Amino acid sequence: MNLEFSPEEIAFRDEVRTFIAENYPVELRGKQDEGDELSKEDFLSWHKVLAKKGWVAPAWPVEYGGTGWTPTQRYIWSEETARADCIRLMPFGLTMVGPVIYTFGTPEQKAKFLPRILSGEDWWCQGYSEPGSGSDLASLRTKAVQDGDHYVVNGQKTWTTMAQYADWGFFLVRTNADAKQQEGISFLLVDMKTPGIEVRPIITLGGEHEVNEVWLEDVRVPVENRVYEENKGWTCAKFLLAHERSGIAGVAASKRGVEKIKEIAKTEMDDDRPLLTNPFFRRKVAELEMDLTALEYTELRTLAGEAQGKGPGPESSLLKIKGSEIQQRITELTLEAAGHYGAPYFRGFGEGDNEHPIGPEYANRSAPVYFNVRKTTIYGGSNEIQRNIIAKMVLGL
Amino acid sequence: MDFNYTDTQDMLRDTLARFLADTYDFESRKKMIASDAGRDPGIWRALATDLGILSAPFSEEQGGLGGGAIENLIMMEELGKVIAVEPYLQTVVIGGGALKAAGGALADAVIPEIIGGNVIIGFAYAEPKGRYNLANISTTAKKDGAGYVLNGHKAVVYAAPWATHLLVTARTGGSQRERAGVDLFLIDAKSAGITRRDYPTVDGFQASEVYFENVAIPGDALLTGGIDLIEQIVDEATVAVCGEACGVTRKLHEGTLDYSKQRQQFGQPIGRFQVLQHRMADMFLEVEQIMSMTLMATLKLDLPAAERKAMVSLAKAKVSRSAKFVGQNAVQTHGGIGITQELAIGHYFKRATMIEGQFGSADWHLDRYEQLTLSDGT
Repeated sequence: MNLEFSPEEIAFRDEVRTFIAENYPVELRGKQDEGDELSKEDFLSWHKVLAKKGWVAPAWPVEYGGTGWTPTQRYIWSEETARADCIRLMPFGLTMVGPVIYTFGTPEQKAKFLPRILSGEDWWCQGYSEPGSGSDLASLRTKAVQDGDHYVVNGQKTWTTMAQYADWGFFLVRTNADAKQQEGISFLLVDMKTPGIEVRPIITLGGEHEVNEVWLEDVRVPVENRVYEENKGWTCAKFLLAHERSGIAGVAASKRGVEKIKEIAKTEMDDDRPLLTNPFFRRKVAELEMDLTALEYTELRTLAGEAQGKGPGPESSLLKIKGSEIQQRITELTLEAAGHYGAPYFRGFGEGDNEHPIGPEYANRSAPVYFNVRKTTIYGGSNEIQRNIIAKMVLGL
Repeated sequence: MDFNYTDTQDMLRDTLARFLADTYDFESRKKMIASDAGRDPGIWRALATDLGILSAPFSEEQGGLGGGAIENLIMMEELGKVIAVEPYLQTVVIGGGALKAAGGALADAVIPEIIGGNVIIGFAYAEPKGRYNLANISTTAKKDGAGYVLNGHKAVVYAAPWATHLLVTARTGGSQRERAGVDLFLIDAKSAGITRRDYPTVDGFQASEVYFENVAIPGDALLTGGIDLIEQIVDEATVAVCGEACGVTRKLHEGTLDYSKQRQQFGQPIGRFQVLQHRMADMFLEVEQIMSMTLMATLKLDLPAAERKAMVSLAKAKVSRSAKFVGQNAVQTHGGIGITQELAIGHYFKRATMIEGQFGSADWHLDRYEQLTLSDGT
């Protein structure tokens, strides 16, 4: 047991660092620093650079386009991308539906969809939650009735992130209303251009348009677009949720977030001294680092377990709970650092708008980002549900 | 000991609550905020003339109803219940409070105009670098004949876009952080040399960066009292904001309770789950303590400065922490819908969040309390 990187790993780190420095799109540099809302083109520009290099899906098996990296290399990769302030990639294809397709899909589905997820040609969205089915996801009511070689889908999904850009969506639908809840659900891949689909925006507290309602009226989906067996979709759903949870810890990004708070607090004045020398503020930064380190080494233990063939199990709920709470505390401290300048509502620079921001730049979006990031303890299975999972699956209660 | 409101105070609350129930529902508030002015000026006019209640905290000699801090608390609590975007805090509590305390010809002239709804005041005290130290200012007021000349930049001045007057802190002497030499001026917001950059705030208000460039102001714009007066009115404002928090957090708790009874998951209302029951019980404890601390501090505003400051700080620190707890848990219990613009709950959360830091964060107030009461180690 040791924590040192090997010479090969250090060489890999240097290679990655150089690659990012030379290839990260110029137009994206500094963008996340200001808490900008990113466009579809922004997300795709970095995605495409990585796709070309073959690094866009490090965790995938090599046969489907993965890198074959060890868990340590993957860790180094996420550290380096966060360190360089790279934008995150949209997870819906790469870390959600992709693994479901290569694990449960038919050879035809793998051949059709996986390359287009890697290349960025298809933008995916997730049709899981419904107005009446949030934490109780298995109660979902969107109905699919078979009609020849098609399903006819009717219902409503909600909280569908970035559906406004989506080419494809993966949807949980009810195919047997008489079976026990979990046993009547199927997993469908739906072309978002199919007639009968309507995407309506939901505006969140900071004014962002990230999430949507998706209405489905007599939407015809070919039966060949069902993944895995009919009425066995819950197996895919559970598999995907466990995958989503392990990625959700966001350790590397949170480390970068803490570094940014320190940078801010070195220059932000608290009366006659830098904020970072204020013992109350400094203690909160130290506590954040303490909890983040605890999370980091818990994640590393999980990754090491994965390398030995233990799939992400219910323990990944731990990563989701602590990771999301830390993300929220980072936004809380940033807002606190902003002082009076947390209040102005600044929507970023419009086209040709050269107006200076109000107050220090980091402060501009500190409140909206704080409001927005309340979502992390709610989405991906709320933290209450994660604690239920730990109680039942890990503790046997 | 008596924590009862008088009949007159109950009547004030009822009058305002009924008026706001008719005029300030969530949809109407949304429309006001979305309008060009960012408010409905008719509301302020009605408060002044139809209801006649802007007079509540002023003495009878000044044309008021003879009330004070308790009346301000009642007003702020009710305004908080509808997250009103009315400049009561800035105009009546702060502007009116400063004039009441300073007295003199300017007070006699302006207070009736406040009561009549003709004056709106923005409080220009914060600066880009000063944070919460009221004496850490670089805006200057230089003596020039009988008057002064004002130069500087004030940050995040709530209600400034609507204001007829600005209440400005400025240095007439002394250096950057010195207590001596800080003074308070009430000036015409349209004075030559004042420019503004207006913007909305995240909690639905309108505010401005205000720049003073060689603004000539008359000598009688000075409200005598210096930093002691400024600290007193900021303490009064701090307690008034605690009063607003009473209304805001009460609504956050009630809204969460209602939602937990309606929202069904796993075949039952989510309010049946013990983990949420305990959370809502904890929210209730915090809301009650916000009320207790606010009443305590309101009743201690007339104490000598050192005691007053200590107890106001203790109250605001508690209110800041509790408002955060109540707001965050209200959103969490609502789930996704709590982070949207669609339900009122998110808008209450935004205001609760801004209250946390207004006139000093929990840390800042605990620090002030410690310095006043614990610093000698005994």
